[in-house]
Amino acid sequence: MKKYLFLVFFSGLVVPLFLYTGAYGLSDVFQKNIYNPGKLKPTDSHLKVATGDRAPDFTLPAISGEEISLSRYSGEKNVVISFVPAAWTPVCSDQWPGYNLVKDIFDENDSILLGITVDSIPTLFSWTNQMGTLWFPVLSDFWPHGKVAQSFGVLRTDGTAERAIFIIDKGGIIRYIDVHDINRRPSLESIVRELEKLGR
Amino acid sequence: MKRLLLFFMATVLCVFTSYLPGVAAKSSPSTGDGLHEITLTVPSELSERSYLGLPSSGVFKVHEIEAEIVIIEIFSMYCPHCQREAPRVNRLYREIEGNPLLRGRIKLIGIGVGNSSYEVGIFKKKYDIPFPLFPDKDFSIHEILKEVRTPYFMGITIDNDGTCPVFYSKPGGIGDTDQFLQTIVRLSGLSRDK
Repeated sequence: MKKYLFLVFFSGLVVPLFLYTGAYGLSDVFQKNIYNPGKLKPTDSHLKVATGDRAPDFTLPAISGEEISLSRYSGEKNVVISFVPAAWTPVCSDQWPGYNLVKDIFDENDSILLGITVDSIPTLFSWTNQMGTLWFPVLSDFWPHGKVAQSFGVLRTDGTAERAIFIIDKGGIIRYIDVHDINRRPSLESIVRELEKLGR
Repeated sequence: MKRLLLFFMATVLCVFTSYLPGVAAKSSPSTGDGLHEITLTVPSELSERSYLGLPSSGVFKVHEIEAEIVIIEIFSMYCPHCQREAPRVNRLYREIEGNPLLRGRIKLIGIGVGNSSYEVGIFKKKYDIPFPLFPDKDFSIHEILKEVRTPYFMGITIDNDGTCPVFYSKPGGIGDTDQFLQTIVRLSGLSRDK
């Protein structure tokens, strides 16, 4: 009887947990390497900046080996910062590869994209390698842990970042903020629309 | 009695957990089953409407496509594998269209899961995709298709009674286009006579 009870428990509770792939349209390229944390609290932080504010400057290591500062783009390019919560998770893994298709739109609008997570460089290196060659810098806000995310007010209480978009103009002023529901991907249209506004 | 109660509680728990959103196990669309009804918007491009044999506006169901066989690619513009696969799928389209025995009988469509019209348009433009692509912004079609990973390819036959039995259903790329096409022809039972 105990054996039977265990089997019923196992097939009903444990098996579905392992089989679930999630409603994210997850790419087959990641195979079974994506950790699914399930549905999370949509946002879990308090913004420390607002549109119209000067963006806090930062310098972070990129997977290319460079150190990249926000201020290096001052007077030259609008900057789109894409914070994503964590490597090897759903949604995040199918967000930047889409941005990889629209370099021409960024170029047309004098803009650069900076992708930031709180993961370490080796983790980001392995993860982004699955995405092909990304044209934009990928930065690690790993140490001091989440310091840049914290300065913008998008560090969640579990130490991951929000899924957030900040658009900063050539003068260093924040023009657009979208702290998105962590469980969903922000629309590409809204980013492009804001970039086109800056280009006018 | 205690055992019976325990067994009853375990069964209730199992049934309950299998219905929890986000926990229920999903299986891929099975071959032999009929394709669940999918409603799509008629393309605005005349060439695409003409390719699919559809009226000028409104919505349609897959069985209304003028074809004997429809290959459906489930993709996302955000999916790196789909991006790499795009040139190969274009080649598949050209092979079908270039073969007088297959042209008009096998049609190809793509459904961009979680993609808006704008995002599907970017994918189409970037890879110069010659066949119709449809958005599934709210994942509603993706849910009907059991939330498969992308890319995912399905082959269906359009029967005279309007049903669409699935004869091919697999995740991942199509591999060699010649072999894939031969597989599609063989599994669908497509006659060699036009």
